[in-house]
Amino acid sequence: MNDKQRYISVWIGFLTTFATAWFGLVILPIFNLGQFTDEVQHAKIPKEKATLIDLGRDSYVSNGCIYCHSQQVRPSYAGSDMKYFWGDRRTMPTDYINDKVALLGTMRTGPDLSNIGVRQPSIDWHLTHLYNPQITSQGSVMPPYDFLFRKQKIVGVSSPNALKLSGEYSPPEGYEVVPKREALALVQYLLSLQKSKNPLPDPQSNGPS
Amino acid sequence: MRQNISQPLDQNDLQKISSSKAHEDQLQRQLIDTRCRNIVTAFFSASLVWLLSGSALAIAASIKLHSPDFLTQSDWLTFGRVRPAHLNTMAYGWVSGASIGVGLWIMSRLTRVPLSKSPWLWAAFFLWNIGITVGTIGILRGDSTSIEWLEFPGYTAPFLLGAFAIAMFEIIRMMNKRPPGHVYISQWYILAAFCWFPWLYATAVILLVWFPVQAPAMPPINWWFAHNALGLWFTPVSLAAAYYLIPKVVGKPIHSYYLSMIGFWSLGFFYAWNGMHHLIGGPFPAWLISASIAASIMMLVPVITVAINHHMTMKGSFHYLKSSPTLRFVVFAAVSYTLVSVQGSSAAIRPLNQITHFTHYTIGHAHLGMYAFVTMMLFGAMYYIMPRLWNREWPSAFLIRSHFWLCALGVALMTFALSIGGWIQGWELNKAEKGFMEILEITLPYLQARSLSGGILTLAHLMFTLSFLLLIFGWSPRGGTPTLLEANTPFRRTQ
Repeated sequence: MNDKQRYISVWIGFLTTFATAWFGLVILPIFNLGQFTDEVQHAKIPKEKATLIDLGRDSYVSNGCIYCHSQQVRPSYAGSDMKYFWGDRRTMPTDYINDKVALLGTMRTGPDLSNIGVRQPSIDWHLTHLYNPQITSQGSVMPPYDFLFRKQKIVGVSSPNALKLSGEYSPPEGYEVVPKREALALVQYLLSLQKSKNPLPDPQSNGPS
Repeated sequence: MRQNISQPLDQNDLQKISSSKAHEDQLQRQLIDTRCRNIVTAFFSASLVWLLSGSALAIAASIKLHSPDFLTQSDWLTFGRVRPAHLNTMAYGWVSGASIGVGLWIMSRLTRVPLSKSPWLWAAFFLWNIGITVGTIGILRGDSTSIEWLEFPGYTAPFLLGAFAIAMFEIIRMMNKRPPGHVYISQWYILAAFCWFPWLYATAVILLVWFPVQAPAMPPINWWFAHNALGLWFTPVSLAAAYYLIPKVVGKPIHSYYLSMIGFWSLGFFYAWNGMHHLIGGPFPAWLISASIAASIMMLVPVITVAINHHMTMKGSFHYLKSSPTLRFVVFAAVSYTLVSVQGSSAAIRPLNQITHFTHYTIGHAHLGMYAFVTMMLFGAMYYIMPRLWNREWPSAFLIRSHFWLCALGVALMTFALSIGGWIQGWELNKAEKGFMEILEITLPYLQARSLSGGILTLAHLMFTLSFLLLIFGWSPRGGTPTLLEANTPFRRTQ
């Protein structure tokens, strides 16, 4: 082989080593996991609520909740996730078809959230927890998201959605803490996380699995 | 023999002066270094700015993880934004920026083709750094994509892709114009890395950010990209530097050309399949995960090959570690490469992954790779390159020595703290006997140790930046006698 032939064969080598993995790990998964039709009937959500959930997901994405919270339940042979009641079955590809981004996560500084809507259905709990996690979970290392709330002067009667705070966490006399729309949306998104309740695809169907 | 560096030579001058082969070689090297000087220094300087910004973001993120009330007033500084801002400034601003500089210089030296004089490389420099600035601000203001290693918002990608395309064409141009003859292993690594990364990045940005595929298919593409950014971009450039610098400093050829070829091709073939080991237990077909686990274990082939090759080249020359700053950093990095790769292969095995997945152990592993291997290698390369570009020496052996030991101490502390803390965390979570909060409390001292190591590393970075500035601004000795860590060791400057 002369110089030029060797150079060309090296180029072919570069391309084939890379292209085989590209085909296997990028293209095949798109055919395998990226072409679900809505044959799996997820519970229909009213449009107005769906908009709020989308807004909440955007907040989850932009504030990087993923860096401490996963959204996947491993099968019992691959981890103890179910012993912590994070879900009563492993998560399946179809559990994510309504998500814009699959927020699987790779870190569990905090607990898994695949089914947080089932485990903790209280809106008040979630709002208080976001405002300051120490109130509901003493010793947590989750940061307070007080920028999602507004501290305002009480005019006349207090707002119906003002947080019920007491002790050292309560605002000064005559003030109240109310959630911004983003906080309400984020909580609606968290409540919508009920992946174990999604129906499973029919194992007999020929669709992608 | 040494020309005044401020008067660049061109090809005509070269032909006139050349009288002997050695003389001609030296002039050719001077022409190459003169052509590289400004642009490579620019890439290095910008990358150091990102290194310092990334360090500040790192310390903030680390403190927040054990003291959650630190800096919570603004949404710009919440943990979930500071952490990806740290990762991206380090991975793209620091490591990639410095790697482009190192890659251009080594390629130019090895092909003996001087860098292009066209303004395109400057366009690449500005596009790249504007891209990182826009992306980092984007993450902090809340535009992060939450796709790991790809958090820069979609509007950043054209800057980075444009810059990288220019760098890639320059590398290919130098390869094509080289005189016929032997191609050195570092050239294969650099050529491959500069061609693989744009393909990787473009695929990921198009399929995940610009025109996202359906969500269940995203994680495989995400981790194919994230792992290959490490394996097929950072790693090959750093290995190219090791293959270039070790023989240069010790004055011997590399031990075995054939081993280096096996190492190169097995790296390309196996590393590309590694990414799915981040998804073990996730909602994916079993074949996808198993293929990556197998490829992860096969990574032992390139790693052991490279380790043997480097060790055999170093054999009999270990005493140079006492005196050469470059060699000390490079050998530290090369040893870390072996360690981090073996650790990575082992963590891909299912029973071990069950414990280490979702814990700080993985973060420790990432720092062993990105810091103890890649960052230390880039420091070593800069210690070699800068005096040759500027014909000046490093200002002080004390600064270099403290830089080295602070780096070594800091990254060792970080890796041990996170590996041990992460292992305990994973072990306890896997047993599921203790409550989640109880396990969290056990990990806190390890997280505090990590903050301390962040402080040590930042101090080291400041030392290096000081050395770097003193050298550029000329407050350091002029060429001739290199600044050595132990002056009494017999040592001759190689070109």
